[in-house]
Amino acid sequence: MEWADDIYTAFKDAGINQVAYVPDAGHKRLINACIADNDIQTVSLTTEEEGVAVSAGAWLGGQKCVLLMQSSGVGNCINMLSLIETCRFPFVTFVTMRGQWHEFNPWQMPMGTTTKLSLETAGLLIDEIDDPNDVGPRAAAALHKAFVGAQSTALLLGQRLVPVKTFGK
Amino acid sequence: MSERAEQFPLHRRDVAKTLLHANEDMLIVTGLGSTNWDFTAAGDQPRIFPLWGAMGGAVPIGLGLALAQPNKRIMVATGDGEMLMGIGALATVAVAAPKNLAICVFDNERYGETGMQTTHTASVTDLALTAKGMGIQDADTITDEAELKAHLSAIISTDGPIFRVIKVRAEPLDFVLPSKDGVHLKNRFRVNLLGEGAV
Repeated sequence: MEWADDIYTAFKDAGINQVAYVPDAGHKRLINACIADNDIQTVSLTTEEEGVAVSAGAWLGGQKCVLLMQSSGVGNCINMLSLIETCRFPFVTFVTMRGQWHEFNPWQMPMGTTTKLSLETAGLLIDEIDDPNDVGPRAAAALHKAFVGAQSTALLLGQRLVPVKTFGK
Repeated sequence: MSERAEQFPLHRRDVAKTLLHANEDMLIVTGLGSTNWDFTAAGDQPRIFPLWGAMGGAVPIGLGLALAQPNKRIMVATGDGEMLMGIGALATVAVAAPKNLAICVFDNERYGETGMQTTHTASVTDLALTAKGMGIQDADTITDEAELKAHLSAIISTDGPIFRVIKVRAEPLDFVLPSKDGVHLKNRFRVNLLGEGAV
């Protein structure tokens, strides 16, 4: 899970001011690092689509926000992503994947298998990662793509990177 | 019960004009859709970001903006239908607790853009109580001109987050439309706030 520290470093290098999230096991280490950072305003959401809107609002106010979520949250975002597409807001989200690798819960499969297609259809550029050593540079590239290149982007963090959840079985 | 809103004394276009001019420095996010037409009628300005879609997004956009601009007053003005679609955002606002954010819900108890069908507020749902339950302590309902006057300073300047339901008459009004070009609306807002270098 040390790759989370590489994402945090990329956030700091890119000058990220706000991090919106729905609590997630895969993102736990990164979320805690952001909460501990007084220069990053963290926003705990009730649903992921709020984070899309918070990101847009942050940009209107001159700040950079990132949305952290799990693949099951992607489906909650679809209509709100029309805001990103229509207004061409720079937007970047880091998605921990479920339903890919030793998944215990079949209810995670539908969004796990359609996250990439859903986000591509909504107009985002996608990068998928399974190699923990490559997370840092590709996180930096995703942030650059959004806030310098003005291309909305999603970084999909493969389930091989996150702890296997077994519900004690 | 569902006809009562046709007798509410406050007219939404008058309320928008009052709020727009009560604090000329205030940044405003208006939700889909009648509140957009109300504020455009009151005076289309770059400090207003009007939403033509993204229903349920007005409050969280206002939250991101409020956190980014802590020294500016931010007001979200939206309708009861738009508020109900993103109601969980009130809990998110309560936890983030931005002091500079006010949320005003123009509540005509109707879905105005789809044929004036009743929303849940026409019967049993109380949005001010909901906001309090979500954790926004300073939440109240305004029903007439005297109450609007009494609550105005809270909306434009008191430390928040502030939540006000403003009961407005359900009435047919002409469309007064802002630009539909989202890129233009975003850019003019940023240039006005941050300067020419912001685009």
